[in-house]
Amino acid sequence: MSLRSPIGRVRGLGSAKEGVHHWWSQRLTALALVPLSLWFIYSLVMVTGADYATVVAWLANPLHAVLMLLFIISLYYHAALGLQVVIEDYIDSEWQKIACLILVKFLALLAGLSAAIAVLKVYLGL
Amino acid sequence: MESVKRPLSPHLQIYKPQLTSILSITHRGTGIFLSLGALLLTCWLVGLATGEEAFNSLQLHASAWYGKIGLAAFVFSFYFHLGNGIRHLFWDAGKGLEITTVYKTGYACIAISIILSIITLFLGGTI
Repeated sequence: MSLRSPIGRVRGLGSAKEGVHHWWSQRLTALALVPLSLWFIYSLVMVTGADYATVVAWLANPLHAVLMLLFIISLYYHAALGLQVVIEDYIDSEWQKIACLILVKFLALLAGLSAAIAVLKVYLGL
Repeated sequence: MESVKRPLSPHLQIYKPQLTSILSITHRGTGIFLSLGALLLTCWLVGLATGEEAFNSLQLHASAWYGKIGLAAFVFSFYFHLGNGIRHLFWDAGKGLEITTVYKTGYACIAISIILSIITLFLGGTI
């Protein structure tokens, strides 16, 4: 039995104006990052000290390119969600909060997309 | 708002530091720090895509003393955030919330992070 009033259920989303999407996305990306980040650390150790050609050849492998793309997407999505919570918790002023949130989201997209394009460039040998 | 300067809850200045609260704020701290690491990952990949010269100059920074300190800090932050993140996922599933278990997994998380960091940095030739 739900303790929520019928009108509360109809309105549904409370003062936050949204549901569990943020919370769930944070957990899903966390779950994805467990194997992906371990693979990434393992790979970094493997290519440490290697020369340019070896690292390019490593990333040109389709499996490595796909895993790296998945890692980048999950990483930046997870980071943006996490930083959002930190900003919402610690920044009082409304306009500063919104400015920081926009900055974090734009920066995450910019950096994530740049990394993804770089991976594709190396993978395709352009 | 400005006129009343009362201390705010939870009175951090008189609150005894505990493993639970310390690990909680460390999770946030390492998360913010690792976000900066993500930007460095982008730099590394863009350098790789740009060409041999750009890549080599980045590698030079990575193998310098400050690069090694940075790498060590990133590796430890990574293992801690991963280990503590797994604790959080179990808590979300309603497991491991007994206070003795919370302390056990907390200490285990610190120990495992340190051990795995040393192994990783050793294998990677950083130390």
